[in-house]
Amino acid sequence: KSHVRPDDQQQRIEKILIANRGEIACRVMKTAKRLGIRTVAVYSDADRDSLHVKSADEAVNIGPPPARLSYLNGSSIVEAAIRTGAQAIHPGYGFLSESADFAQLCEDKGLTFIGPPASAIRDMGDKSASKRIMGAAGVPLVPGYHGNQQDIDFMKSEADKIGYPILIKPTHGGGGKGMRIVQSPNEFVDSFLGAQREAAASFGINTILLEKYITQPRHIEVQIFGDKHGNVLHLYERDCSLQRRHQKIIEEAPAPNVTDDFRSLVGQAAVSAAKAVSYHNAGTVEFIVDTVSGEFYFMEMNTRLQVEHPVTEMIVGQDLVEWQIRVANGEPLPLSQSEVPLLGHAFEARIYAENVPKGFLPATGILHHYRPVPVSPAVRVETGVQQGDTVSMHYDPMIAKLVVWGENRAAALVKLKNCLFNFQVAGVPNNINFLQKLANHRAFGIGIVETHFIEQHKDDLFVDPSQSVLAKEANSAVRFSAVLVAACICVKEHSALKESPHGGHGLLSPWYAHPPFRVHHHVRRIMEFEWENEYDSSGSKLFRLSVTYQPDGNYLIEMGEGGLHGSEVKVACLSEHDFRVESDGVSTDVSLAVYTKDGIKHIHAWHGLHHHHFRQKLGRELSDEDETQHKTSYVTAAGPPGSVVAPMAGLVVKVLIEDGTKVEEGQPILVLEAMKMEHVVKAPSAGTVHGLKVTAGQQVSDGCVLFRVQG
Amino acid sequence: RTASVLKANSVQLLHRRAFCLGVLPDGLDRNSEAFVRNSQVMEGMISELQTHIEKVLAGGGAEAVKRNSSRNKLLPRERIDRLIDPGSSFLELSQLAGHELYEEPLPSGGIITGIGPVHGRLCMFVANDPTVKGGTYYPITIKKHLRAQEIAAQCKLPCIYLVDSGGAFLPKQAEVFPDKENFGRIFYNEAIMSAEGIPQIALVLGSCTAGGAYIPAMADESIMVKGNGTIFLAGPPLVKAATGEEISAEDLGGAAVHCKTSGVSDYFAQDELHGLCLGRNIVKNLHMAGRQGIMNGFQRINPEYKKPLYDVKELRSIAPADLKQSFDIRSIIARIVDGSEFDEFKKLYGTTLVTGFARIYGQPVGIIGNNGILFNESALKGAHFIELCTQRKIPLVFLQNITGFMVGSRSEANGIAKSGAKMVMAVSCAKVPKVTIIVGGSFGAGNYAMCGRAYSPNFMFLWPNARISVMGGAQAAGVLSQIEKANKKKQGIQWTREEEEMFKAKVVEAYEREGSAYYSTARLWDDGVIDPADTRKVVGFSISASLNRPPEDTKYGVFRM
Repeated sequence: KSHVRPDDQQQRIEKILIANRGEIACRVMKTAKRLGIRTVAVYSDADRDSLHVKSADEAVNIGPPPARLSYLNGSSIVEAAIRTGAQAIHPGYGFLSESADFAQLCEDKGLTFIGPPASAIRDMGDKSASKRIMGAAGVPLVPGYHGNQQDIDFMKSEADKIGYPILIKPTHGGGGKGMRIVQSPNEFVDSFLGAQREAAASFGINTILLEKYITQPRHIEVQIFGDKHGNVLHLYERDCSLQRRHQKIIEEAPAPNVTDDFRSLVGQAAVSAAKAVSYHNAGTVEFIVDTVSGEFYFMEMNTRLQVEHPVTEMIVGQDLVEWQIRVANGEPLPLSQSEVPLLGHAFEARIYAENVPKGFLPATGILHHYRPVPVSPAVRVETGVQQGDTVSMHYDPMIAKLVVWGENRAAALVKLKNCLFNFQVAGVPNNINFLQKLANHRAFGIGIVETHFIEQHKDDLFVDPSQSVLAKEANSAVRFSAVLVAACICVKEHSALKESPHGGHGLLSPWYAHPPFRVHHHVRRIMEFEWENEYDSSGSKLFRLSVTYQPDGNYLIEMGEGGLHGSEVKVACLSEHDFRVESDGVSTDVSLAVYTKDGIKHIHAWHGLHHHHFRQKLGRELSDEDETQHKTSYVTAAGPPGSVVAPMAGLVVKVLIEDGTKVEEGQPILVLEAMKMEHVVKAPSAGTVHGLKVTAGQQVSDGCVLFRVQG
Repeated sequence: RTASVLKANSVQLLHRRAFCLGVLPDGLDRNSEAFVRNSQVMEGMISELQTHIEKVLAGGGAEAVKRNSSRNKLLPRERIDRLIDPGSSFLELSQLAGHELYEEPLPSGGIITGIGPVHGRLCMFVANDPTVKGGTYYPITIKKHLRAQEIAAQCKLPCIYLVDSGGAFLPKQAEVFPDKENFGRIFYNEAIMSAEGIPQIALVLGSCTAGGAYIPAMADESIMVKGNGTIFLAGPPLVKAATGEEISAEDLGGAAVHCKTSGVSDYFAQDELHGLCLGRNIVKNLHMAGRQGIMNGFQRINPEYKKPLYDVKELRSIAPADLKQSFDIRSIIARIVDGSEFDEFKKLYGTTLVTGFARIYGQPVGIIGNNGILFNESALKGAHFIELCTQRKIPLVFLQNITGFMVGSRSEANGIAKSGAKMVMAVSCAKVPKVTIIVGGSFGAGNYAMCGRAYSPNFMFLWPNARISVMGGAQAAGVLSQIEKANKKKQGIQWTREEEEMFKAKVVEAYEREGSAYYSTARLWDDGVIDPADTRKVVGFSISASLNRPPEDTKYGVFRM
């Protein structure tokens, strides 16, 4: 741009408040910092020590953990911006990012909302209104009938026009109630009447709409960008077909197996959609693609920066957050459509705290061990957490986004697999293992994707205990893992001893030398690891290993029941978590994460392409089941069994139950006062109270029988 | 090129200077016949030793071990392994106590003793082996228990008793009950040590009957394991016989009774592992008990120590196969001291005794080793050196290989007895830690001057080739046969040559047997037979344990001048 444009004179944003949390807040701050823009974080009480708070120049507390009281509280966020002197607010994604009211509020308070105009948000927020606008603008919509005519014959003729299979759906309600997929014309009448009945029963209104049912759909979306000068362009498409629970888990750009014609058609359609609502800033137009016919149809437009925007950034070599800020400043788009490059291929894998076998339910917990892969120009890790952070129930359980780039899809996929194997998370159940399976699936490898992918390939993606070959493989891998873990634990223990005050220097150091000394024999210890065996419905499997410290510092490791004979293992300790282990002539890198949770020691080991999780029962050191020491029971051997005697001479202050009452173990029965102290006499066991004759105000002598409990 | 030659020269020079500064030369000729033969003989001895050790490590046999584990009990060495800091070392004492001592085998004397760290505190462990005769006390069991307590008292080590014993071995009650150094002494020692602030901790992991009941009862703190641990003065059978009362062992003296009702025990353990964890906790909570003044005067420990320059395994090739052959004790010193650095004192005087300063694992030591018969000068030199070390609070290491003091008219006239007495006086009174290793012979008064058992070294270990006796077998046979011959002559009996030879052979055979390392260690005349290759470690551990108490001043008696 050779000449100075008038808008360059305009006041530029110098300080941004990010009305979000987690990785997106951190990601926005990264760009802001690079541009010399100061940042303000907002946080709820739950996020006081979060990475996004630490990464910001300033941070403002906006309320208690529930999002509706903090991150969704527009007025307190605006107030925080005004207090800190921020000129603009970046909403990130989720929370208030698609709230037209919030965008409006910002504008009213003189703050720049880094996003589209409130009107566009409003237009696109209403799903049926947006479809009308799109239809009018010539953007293809899924063929269907959305009218008021509900006559069955008319509907049937409409259905025949659209073509089968067809989807019958009540206009009101949701949750799949009343929905019917009709495969052929002769099923139509029954299904239609059934849907009507169900809709009437569930929602009170029985209007029905018809839509073409797409059997093998792909989810393809187009990144668009507009400026305040009416320019709109697209930054190619992303394929986000790999989904679980209707949420994307692996996205890629550009979409695989599409023609250049398709690419330009879908891009143009997206640009038309954006222009139809006078869009500016970042947005995404989502399409559903019928893989059978190759047709694509508009679904909805997301009026924000999306979670998966980095894959687009990777293939066009642009920073979309920078673009957002420039557009918000009133600058024109930095490129024209023809200048947008398309370089290589990128994947994004979303790493979630979730319970894959339990239907991908979100999981919570402490990230005891968190080691993302090292970043490079070709590998990005977008994360908002650090080791030791808690993944709480309050917000999205996403831990990180792993983004990789390669000169083509195959090269990028190699990197993706490698990075997933090296991405270490322990302490919270997560989907890394599942992502690996997806990435390694042959259909995914050749880019055959559609939204039912996981359902369709569930036999390959989920563990089937009946697959004895796989079970056997898993078993031998875990046995080897147990051997490595045993050796590494011994080395780890020793290096911890060496660093302890008594082991390191001085008087006692010879006692902590490695290997430990015994007179005329070697130390041999038994280690037990429990492994959650997915291939066995009976659950965990116990490994019992014997570790013998050899004079040369190596370990001889033997496993109890048959199979693996003793292996000689040599370990070099590289760091607190990393080891190089040599066994049977092969050296392997092993990473270890060890933490204690609920009195159980958890050990995670990564080596080669394996990750195993073992549990080790700790001694009873921390046990508080120690009833005999804590329970103050006054059972005496003198009276009949179950008798409870007065622990000391004293005054009965209160009798809490009546004679003959059924009581629980430990239930208070009466209160004695002696030496100015009250003592509660409790039931020693569950049962019925007999012989309770004392009353309040009565003096009892030491050792007299108060009552007895019979089970 | 000139430069590199110059550099090489200067490196050589440096090396030579290093030697001048007290680095001992290698001293071994690996190609010599003697080296090869010595190694072979020692290998044989070590494999014999290993055979004996394997037997005692198996405890009371497979059947008893199986029964033990069926009760959810660990073996005594496993119990100790779980009590000491994970991955740390344990110096076990007198593994071969009771070896061929009684008609029936008594592996390790039925009790395991030794030293190891718990939460950074060195402790003395005394663990009954219930698989050996039900953990009952034979006379040697008591001796070993008392020896462990003696070391603990001397080094102020907290005592951890892992009790699992049926009490005194009744058939031998006369040898275990009444005398001063018998069963009662165990409790006496507990009381005295407790009074001195040396913690006494008992873990009742099995039965603890009769006299044994006093071990936990006398302890400062005790733990009982539910189900397995019982304490009573008389077990259910005796109670029934005496009073007619019928009661189970658990109800009579189980953990619940003693932790809840009687107060005989303090901590209730759900199972054995829990009990062992509680045991570690007790040590953790000792804080500085029994440890006042530690490090006072012993602050010269060098945390960075060098290894010896030469392979410690070669210690197995030094002791001559033929006892009559001599060897340079410096070749042993070179393989046990840090960096093989040894600063010799009075190197040129009294050369049959080698004295000097060195460090072992950074701990300063004074070393006294034999290089031949003790003469007047060597004895005086020894006394002088001991005085130096006691003055400076430097622990003493004795490396014994001594046939005795020089005999004969010239020696006597020179007052060898007087010189020897000076050294014996110095050794006796020296209040610094003393560690004795017998690497060869230990005969006559040489045993005394070189800190034999009677001189209360803190620790004393033997190499497998060691021999201890008042004199050599041949010499004894010579003396005895002369006396016998004279007696016979008085009675007018003619002694044939064959008869005399047979008489002599008998004496030699008895001396041979009674002088062996096994005969000694079975009777606890020492603290164990060690592999020569472990000498550096064992001495290091012994000194480390000995330095657990503050140093004392030494006061000598009257030196005969």
